[in-house]
Amino acid sequence: MSGRYVAICVALAALALVPAVATVADAPFYTGLFARIMVFAIAAVSLDLILGYGGLVSFGHAALAALVIGFVSLRTSGVYFIMITLAFGQMVYFVAIGLNEYGGDDGLNIARHSDFGAALNLDRPVVFYYFAYGLLLLFLFLGNRIVQSRFGMLLQGVKSNERRMIALGFPTFRYKLTAFVMAGAVCGIAGALFANLTLFVSPSIMHWTRSGEIMMMVILGGLGSLVGPVFGAAAYLILESVLSRLTEHWQAVLGPILILVVLFSKTGLYGIFALPRRRSG
Amino acid sequence: MIYAVEQVLNGVQFGVMLFLMAAGLTLIFGIMNLINLAHGSLYMVGAYVAAAIFSATGSFLLGLAAALSAAVLVGIAIEIIVFRTLYERDHLDQVLATFGLILFFNEMVRILWGSTALYMSVPGFLSGRVELLPGIPYPAYRVAIIAVGLAIALLLYLLIARTRIGMLIRAGASNRVMLGALGINVRLLYTLVFAMGSALAALAGVMAGPIFTVESGMGESVLILAFVVIVIGGIGSIRGAFVAALLVGVVDATGRAFLRPFLTIFMGGSAAAKFGPALASMLIYILMAAVLFVRPQGLFPPRGL
Amino acid sequence: MAEALLETAGLTKRFGGLVATGDVSLSIAPGEIHAVIGPNGAGKTTLIGQLSGELTPDSGAIRFAGAEISRLGPARRAALGIARSFQITSIFREFTALDNVALAIQARAGHSFRFWRAARRDARLRDPAFAALGVVGLAGRAELVAGSLSHGERRALELAMALATAPRLLLLDEPTAGMGPEESASMVRLLAGLKGRFSIVLVEHDMDAVFALADRITVMVYGRVIASGTPAVIRADPEVRRAYLGEEGG
Repeated sequence: MSGRYVAICVALAALALVPAVATVADAPFYTGLFARIMVFAIAAVSLDLILGYGGLVSFGHAALAALVIGFVSLRTSGVYFIMITLAFGQMVYFVAIGLNEYGGDDGLNIARHSDFGAALNLDRPVVFYYFAYGLLLLFLFLGNRIVQSRFGMLLQGVKSNERRMIALGFPTFRYKLTAFVMAGAVCGIAGALFANLTLFVSPSIMHWTRSGEIMMMVILGGLGSLVGPVFGAAAYLILESVLSRLTEHWQAVLGPILILVVLFSKTGLYGIFALPRRRSG
Repeated sequence: MIYAVEQVLNGVQFGVMLFLMAAGLTLIFGIMNLINLAHGSLYMVGAYVAAAIFSATGSFLLGLAAALSAAVLVGIAIEIIVFRTLYERDHLDQVLATFGLILFFNEMVRILWGSTALYMSVPGFLSGRVELLPGIPYPAYRVAIIAVGLAIALLLYLLIARTRIGMLIRAGASNRVMLGALGINVRLLYTLVFAMGSALAALAGVMAGPIFTVESGMGESVLILAFVVIVIGGIGSIRGAFVAALLVGVVDATGRAFLRPFLTIFMGGSAAAKFGPALASMLIYILMAAVLFVRPQGLFPPRGL
Repeated sequence: MAEALLETAGLTKRFGGLVATGDVSLSIAPGEIHAVIGPNGAGKTTLIGQLSGELTPDSGAIRFAGAEISRLGPARRAALGIARSFQITSIFREFTALDNVALAIQARAGHSFRFWRAARRDARLRDPAFAALGVVGLAGRAELVAGSLSHGERRALELAMALATAPRLLLLDEPTAGMGPEESASMVRLLAGLKGRFSIVLVEHDMDAVFALADRITVMVYGRVIASGTPAVIRADPEVRRAYLGEEGG
């Protein structure tokens, strides 16, 4: 337990050195890549909260209208839930296209980075990097508290056996909705960061395949471990970056790799690198 | 009036195409308990193969035959290589593996046919217009789609209601454990259902070719609509998929055609121009939300436990 | 007799053409163990489902502690003090035994919109959970993952979870199902020890257990109540003997 814990802390701490190393090595590209990793890691961690702990699969996650969507989709369960959030995610995508005012299909140019006063100028990649890094650490910390809290125990109970939870007297719907909305909010923050990173918001970031990518990161990293998705995001984006330099058709390689990971690993990268979680004991 | 009838017909035509997609999806889910996001890829494979063969040989029917065979082969291949290990897995694993398939197929068609969209023309023998109702000429190609779609729906109905295979499919949709207990070769049945679903998806893809653009990723938006259809219809129900597909098709087509003029009455032209299209694209999702609110299991939940 | 804790009147539930429970009227006094017996398909589990709220009756009324509850959902009824065990053991397999019971305690400890304090270090959950495990004889297994417990231990764990919600009425659906004679006997001892502290509706196939525990017995056949009374009355009832006890009661 403690050895793994230390390893994770070291790995997370090492991320703080990325901009320095990139500067020394004269490869600023890496600051950008790792900033992207942070942003997606935040989204992936938020998805993991409802996916890995609550057992709710949500493709509509990248869309921000989580409350309303959650309200309708949580009335249903299992497969219906997957398909419905997927559909609502797509709906938000179409609405975004439909609203020509905001650039429609072509997206919305953001004239400048969000401004948090002179102290925090997100224009500078290094500042942005540490801002995203700080947020990621904050969310990991908060997530860790939540997972261990009564609320977190309840979510895990729902994932394990919802019928039993209801028979015990938990009105599970309102808790699931809360988790859904919390995760949606955090994912929204990741979306805002992403917009800042690329200075451009197009509906394509809301297309359901984008949510699929974030979900890939969670699975790749291992479900139900908060740090897993961070590794997952890193692995996915680094893989993408490496493959896309090798070949234009990197998706034809990435797809089968993902299939192999699903077929041959049940616990994701986290499970491969770390000890098995909570077996008998 | 002519315009209105045309829009309803467009809706029906879109609806039967969605039905072809949804029928396979709902059977595969109902019987194998598998969520197949890559169902849209088979639709795309169908469209690409048909477009390529059609333009190379000039024969639409040859293209159609090639598309169906290609999709069935691809479908059986991925069933054997990927899905057999996935049936017993978590829905999440299925979602992810099939997402990987989507990435793969989208890229493969780019490698094979380039990243620009293919053009597919309406076959010569269906290029004219026919008077479906007196005074209302309607493109023959779309009439053909409606006719083929309805014929397939009828065939499926007969297959499922009247034949031994159909009986097994029905039994499988309501009680999967029972099939094995009856000594049925479940593996073979699964492969068969999967091949059938692939052929139906490819058929939809071929028919869509001359109407929409044939491009990489074309399967994904149709897939979502097919999901909407089977959720509204009740997962596992062919009858539900049929009713819901027509409903979604007609609501979508008429919404796009009439919502804007309708809104103009209430909010003036400029506002209607702004909100009309956005609202029209939301319409089927609103329909889905409304149906689910009243019936969380869809219109025709499959019987059994 | 004191006023009934639970009363049903004309409880009817159909599945298609099949009458699962037809016009079932029961009355359960505080502290009473009321056994429901009958052959397979008699509607016993359907009855439990309607009492716990997982099924909604087509017609009829259920009064619990003086209030009409037949339209309330299962979570609301659990909160009112109706706890149940399932015919097929229903626990959180990935959790430890202690975590299982702690969740049951948490269900009774007000809302769970508590995001900060670690639940596994919360004595208000852990102490009573540990005590409940002690009652069913699982104190030594507290830290084991529930899925690794033996069948009998899982049944006992499920009972501990039901007890931990501090119920007024226990609905037990075949607590000795699938148990060997030894495990079964220890479950009967356990239930005998609870006698008088809770009202219990006990669905059970094991006739020895039923006649050892029950204050009153209701016999159901094809969804209908054919007899209801004390064990002595039921044992002597000719219709029951013919319809059900015939072979076994001899």
